[in-house]
Amino acid sequence: MKTAAYLRRFGISGRGLVVALPYLWLLLFFVVPFVIVLKISFSDIDLAIPPYKPLLEWVGKNSLAIKVDFNNYAFLFTDRLYINAFLNSIKVAFISTVLCALVGYPMAYGIARSKPATRNLLLLLVILPFWTSLLLRVYAWIGLLKANGVINNVLIWMGVINEPLTLLYTPFAMYVGIVYSYLPFFILPMYANLEKMDWQLLEAAEDLGCRPWQAFYKITLPLSRNGILAGSMLVFIPAVGEFVIPALLGGPNALMIGRVLWDEFFSNRAWPVASAVAILLLILLVPFMMWYQSVQARESAGAR
Amino acid sequence: MTTSGGAAVKSAPWKDPSARPYVQVDRVTKAFGDFKAVDDVSLKIYKGEIFCLLGASGCGKTTLLRMLGGFETPTSGKIFIDGEDMTGVPPYERPVNMMFQSYALFPHMNVEENVAFGLKQDRIPKAEIKERVATMLDLVKLGDFAKRKPHQLSGGQRQRVALARSLVKRPKLLLLDEPLGALDKKLREHTQFELISLQDKLGVTFVVVTHDQEEAMTLASRIGVMNHGEIVQAGTPSEIYEFPSSKFVADFVGSVNMFEGKLIEDEPEHVRIASDDMGGTIYVSHGISAPPEAIVWAAVRPEKIFMSTAQPAGTDNVVRGAVQDIAYLGDLSIYLVKLPTGKVVRVTQPNTSRHAEAITWDQQVYLSWDATSPVVVTR
Amino acid sequence: MNYKSSYFIITCLAFGFAFLYIPILSMVVFSFNASKLVTVWDSAHSPTLKWYYALLGNDEILDAAWISLKVAVINASGSVILGTLAGFGLARFSQFRGRFTLNAMTTAPLVMPEVITGLSLLLLFVALEQLIGWPAGRGITTMTIGHMTFSMAYVTVIVNSRLATFDTALEEAAMDLGARPLKVFFVITMPIIFPAILSGWLLAFTLSWDDLVISSFTSGPGSSTLPMVVFSKVRLGVSPEINVLATITITVVTLMIVGVSLWMARRAKLDKAAD
Repeated sequence: MKTAAYLRRFGISGRGLVVALPYLWLLLFFVVPFVIVLKISFSDIDLAIPPYKPLLEWVGKNSLAIKVDFNNYAFLFTDRLYINAFLNSIKVAFISTVLCALVGYPMAYGIARSKPATRNLLLLLVILPFWTSLLLRVYAWIGLLKANGVINNVLIWMGVINEPLTLLYTPFAMYVGIVYSYLPFFILPMYANLEKMDWQLLEAAEDLGCRPWQAFYKITLPLSRNGILAGSMLVFIPAVGEFVIPALLGGPNALMIGRVLWDEFFSNRAWPVASAVAILLLILLVPFMMWYQSVQARESAGAR
Repeated sequence: MTTSGGAAVKSAPWKDPSARPYVQVDRVTKAFGDFKAVDDVSLKIYKGEIFCLLGASGCGKTTLLRMLGGFETPTSGKIFIDGEDMTGVPPYERPVNMMFQSYALFPHMNVEENVAFGLKQDRIPKAEIKERVATMLDLVKLGDFAKRKPHQLSGGQRQRVALARSLVKRPKLLLLDEPLGALDKKLREHTQFELISLQDKLGVTFVVVTHDQEEAMTLASRIGVMNHGEIVQAGTPSEIYEFPSSKFVADFVGSVNMFEGKLIEDEPEHVRIASDDMGGTIYVSHGISAPPEAIVWAAVRPEKIFMSTAQPAGTDNVVRGAVQDIAYLGDLSIYLVKLPTGKVVRVTQPNTSRHAEAITWDQQVYLSWDATSPVVVTR
Repeated sequence: MNYKSSYFIITCLAFGFAFLYIPILSMVVFSFNASKLVTVWDSAHSPTLKWYYALLGNDEILDAAWISLKVAVINASGSVILGTLAGFGLARFSQFRGRFTLNAMTTAPLVMPEVITGLSLLLLFVALEQLIGWPAGRGITTMTIGHMTFSMAYVTVIVNSRLATFDTALEEAAMDLGARPLKVFFVITMPIIFPAILSGWLLAFTLSWDDLVISSFTSGPGSSTLPMVVFSKVRLGVSPEINVLATITITVVTLMIVGVSLWMARRAKLDKAAD
């Protein structure tokens, strides 16, 4: 205890040490990197390693010049490719979120209203794919959707179609892939919310003259609002920047911003442009992230 | 109701100004932001007492207890235990143990390990730990359950494990937070008396927090009634019940009929009160200190009111009314009698004979009480 | 509590689960298919284990799996330490400077698009190397640091929400009986929240094992992880060996999840009985 008292004199306490380690880690490896991305997004492209020019340069002997270059951003706004990619990413993420909600809400509801033993089993079935590699599950859809894939083979065998449909490398494939991959991210928070619901409220509403669908619309839906929002954010935010699914299922024309960033970085080695894309994407997503955090705070406050 | 609690009862050290208090709470205040959970409380508790802090939830009694245990730090004021200033002493260095409301039994340890936990922290030799744990488990009649996990025990057994665990370190002071709150009524009564006999045997000083006045009455050597962070009255159970110092205490401990009135006669050995509430005069055979014509309240306990169909003699302390409602509780019955003034008076009568003269609904009755029965309070 | 489900809800559940499981099952089935065309069933020679043998002889995949395993184990262990500290701090210390920031920093990685995290980490490593010469080049170390940064956020959330339902009287009782705070944590808190910590470890392991994007940004020459190898193969089309890999992954994950769930359900029952 003497050492503890000694350390406390310098403002170091056990409590402080507990939070200091994760705090410093995240500061160094999560926050500082964004500052660097911001810095590089203002640099010139250079044919060097690393492929950008320094922001600060010694001019003459004692003067330091800051060269801030807005060209990368200007470039993003003049080339239709980037604007289209941004708009398309938002559209795809939004539609996918709505689809996830339409498929996921009834499932979460069904799980929350089943008997405890069944509930645990169903929950396990939702979680299981979530633990299996995303890459492999997206890959499974290539096998299902391609020209001589399972779906076409089955449809031809049933006589519904004669020629295989073009399913793979279409927007349809991309939506299927995103909804499929992100569905558990919607169901789990949705279930967590519905599980806390007092179902006697529905009985009370019906007792007071509501039809079941009215009771759902007037009681369950408003009360599960936070669950819907939390689930939607967990789908929407990462889906905007999704790379793997458009790259594998969307074909060469699937213009998603995550993929543009990847290509700028790996194919064109245009690090400053990639950084500018990342900064704009972040500016776009930060309001949603803050919204998500406030929804989460409300959820956990309501739980107690 | 009889007072039992504690070895100290017979000697009543609180009446002796030279007696050294065992626990001294000196002008302690605990504020959470703007809210004062405990507000300038001073208190002396003597060795061997069972002191009950009684109050409704949110009155600050648990905060006060947690400050004694070292889980909260007073915003101002000091706490002394056995003469030692406890300021800055963490819970693990205090000569105090606590029995938690939830019992807080460690779910991953069996009964024996739970009870031994505190002794292990003090690095007591293994053989001694074993012996003391066994003695303690025998004392609470759990010798056969040593290897059970908490979830394999009943509520009453868990309560006794928690008690054993907090007593085995032989603390100078044992703090009990709603010790019987989680038990059902029958078991609670039984356990109250067990708790008293155990305390008597070990001679440990108890501070008990409870919201249950019956529990406080049964256990306590003295009760401190708390309201809004303050101790509004401290005294033996019979003092609290028979001589409440305020309307709040009279109303909180037991049920009471409160008549508001004006002081019309104020003599050293008696007072007379004219009460519009009652529609008559109240004569009380003790003096009070209040200015003449002051508004005061006379509190009369329901069991101290006589009820009859024939008119009693005299004019003071008598009033007529109609029976509005009757609740039959087995050992006694409660009558609600409506006075002409509109006030409803509560009267309890023991059902001593099986065929008592039947007073029924809407019957006109006379209510009366002795001059010694009312207690006059000025606030 | 009543358990009501309409036919509509049951139908939704049935279709939903079919949607989730048909792709997975198709990979399992076609992993036994002899044809190199993968999705065309060669009934003459199937089922066969030939692709399983092929996978076991594929050094590229095995090497990558070994790197992935190393990264995943170190990542999971590190994330559990950092995440438990952060979760404990957030749950137990109601007020401290930087609480808001810590909370934000542990929530953001959960939803941050991986391309952004990956890019920013790489640029950090490059800048650090220029500045102080560390890390010299990129490889397993930089990948592990990257994985830990987002994995620890998941562990934090798990530990934090477990501690929210933890009866603090247990910790106070231990302290009351003479145990110092550090001992209370190791003797009381840790054993009781162990299932949450184990979940956190497994989740962190899986996140790392599956990660493609952050690994691609932060890896160096000769440190390709399994997802990176799989991705480059899959880009060229379907491959029977990937079906085998998927089947093995699914089997291991299923066994692990079912085993852990059963164990936790048993523990939860005990905990419930203890209340």
